[in-house]
Amino acid sequence: MSILIDQNTRLLIQGITGRDGSFHAQRMLEYGTKVVAGVTPGKGGQSIFGVPVFNSVAEAQKKTRPNAAVIYVPARFAKDAILEDVHAGIELVICITEGIPVLDMVEVMGILRGSKTRLIGPNCPGVISPGKSKVGIMPGHIHQPGPIGVVSRSGTLTYEVVYNLTLNRLGQSSCVGLGGDPIIGTRFVDVLELFMRDPGTQGIVMVGEIGGEDEQRAAQWIQSNAVKPIVGFIAGRSAPKGKRMGHAGAIISSVDTAAESKIRILKEVGVSVVDSPDEIPAALQQG
Amino acid sequence: MKIHEYQAVELFRKFGIPVPEGRVAADLAEAQAIAGAIGFPVVLKAQVLSGGRGKAGGVAIVANSKELKERFLKIKNLVIQGYPIERILVVRALAIQKEFYVAVTVDTFKNDVVLIASRQGGVDIEETAKKSPEKIQKYYFNGRRELEVRSWADFIQTLFPDPASQMAFSKIAGGLVELFQRYDCSLAEINPLVIDSQGRFYAADAKISFDDNALYRHPELLALRDLKYEDPDELEAKQNDLSFVKMEGNVGCIVNGAGLAMATLDVIGLLGGRPANFLDVGGSSSPKKVLNALRIILKNTKVKSILINIFGGITRCDDIAQGILEAKKQLDIQPPLVVRLTGTNEQQAKELLAGGGINTFSSMREAVGKAVVLART
Repeated sequence: MSILIDQNTRLLIQGITGRDGSFHAQRMLEYGTKVVAGVTPGKGGQSIFGVPVFNSVAEAQKKTRPNAAVIYVPARFAKDAILEDVHAGIELVICITEGIPVLDMVEVMGILRGSKTRLIGPNCPGVISPGKSKVGIMPGHIHQPGPIGVVSRSGTLTYEVVYNLTLNRLGQSSCVGLGGDPIIGTRFVDVLELFMRDPGTQGIVMVGEIGGEDEQRAAQWIQSNAVKPIVGFIAGRSAPKGKRMGHAGAIISSVDTAAESKIRILKEVGVSVVDSPDEIPAALQQG
Repeated sequence: MKIHEYQAVELFRKFGIPVPEGRVAADLAEAQAIAGAIGFPVVLKAQVLSGGRGKAGGVAIVANSKELKERFLKIKNLVIQGYPIERILVVRALAIQKEFYVAVTVDTFKNDVVLIASRQGGVDIEETAKKSPEKIQKYYFNGRRELEVRSWADFIQTLFPDPASQMAFSKIAGGLVELFQRYDCSLAEINPLVIDSQGRFYAADAKISFDDNALYRHPELLALRDLKYEDPDELEAKQNDLSFVKMEGNVGCIVNGAGLAMATLDVIGLLGGRPANFLDVGGSSSPKKVLNALRIILKNTKVKSILINIFGGITRCDDIAQGILEAKKQLDIQPPLVVRLTGTNEQQAKELLAGGGINTFSSMREAVGKAVVLART
């Protein structure tokens, strides 16, 4: 089993003819993801890697019935791309794009409330359910099907974690990249809840970082709802205060947003927090 | 991006937010002229982007031109958190009766814009929020771009009992929100907002910062940037599409991805070393980016070893290897290089580097350990 995406996911790729979009469209097709349509305004009627391209999401929706969309369009067009999906009733939208203005995201989130669309990202690597479907930019070959759910605010750090899991024969049910921006559509609590309910997930790895207080909210939720072992890693213990560490959301603005606070609070609710990503497999095996 | 108080004051004026009469001065003659025009007493305020202005003696009330001269020169000679004072704001001193706090910002957990107000101004608002949260009122916009009449009427009752204050405050709040939305601010703050002896409201301080990701739609704001406050290396990195933060240690780092870069610094610390910098070369790294990254790191003479930690996904390890070899040709790289490569095209990359006499690691821990040891010797 898995969460969010599986072999029945019918994917629409927005920005499929662009540099990043076309590169990753190919990688996803190779992995076996069912890509049913692409959208690039003005390029409707063409086809790329055998996938039909449409001018709008509405048109693609009518003709190919996708139930998930992934966005590779430049930051200044990303808001409209997400809203097109919401209006077309697409259930799952995964936004890879980095650098979207915060107020654009505030507007998007206002419209998302009361819609049936779930947004993952922006500024995220995407979601993979190994062996079933890959939606995003992660390297498929490092993953392996299995019982561990991974949820993370990062990209390459997630690959590092997954690589260590796979090396230690701990396969993954699904791996979810939440994104490195301050405003993201889906947060730790949402994904932890899905993993707790997923019969195919037996253990969970959560990878947090400095900035915001999502890890604290997750800890509150874990305290009364966790029924599966959770291993955590929080990046940024050595980060200087007040500096943005690459991710727009990764900044220590107060004591609560520093790594130490997050580590302490997660430990208090029973999460096994390790000091280095390569210690995660052993901690899971003990749990 | 942050701007100076005097620049924020100009924006306040444009959006109808009342500010005390005055202007910024670069030298004493200018300051005397401004004070002469508005009349003593005046307040002198050092213009700095870093905090700690008050404690450092950067603010003074002066009653006559002799005092002005004395204090102006004193403030002009201050260095606050490493930065010299280039400009001093000269404004009319207010007869303050009461101080409030008001700000517009983004609540990143509620995914909404919020107006924060308090009847306790002039103090550290985060401190107040923690110690007495009941003294802070929050107005959420629910995705709207302006104040909504009915909910605002309810909100303002809780702050001011009298209609005159309600009206004056609403006008200020409206201007602040409009400014916030118009320029994609991340913070627009008045602390304190004051009432003078005649019951008039004034923004006695002005603080604005902008969302860097939205600057493309406000090119006019770039002229307000004070480059003195930007680290030249960080600026150069940004121009080369690299994310760089200077730190205190001696292990130079080049990593792809922000999360992995932070984790790499943490493991350096865990194994007893100290990182010299954070550097994210980003996805789809071209050989050119590696060359630029090394160039920036080599400027730091404290660096004793350089760790390159790459997890290839979109980033191809062979691209990185090409960049390293190119850098070896073009730059004089004295500190030893420790290279860890895993993922896309790892094998080609390792062969390329072996040909250039550079050993590589597959495990992050081993590579970090090696770089830490090399930095000690």
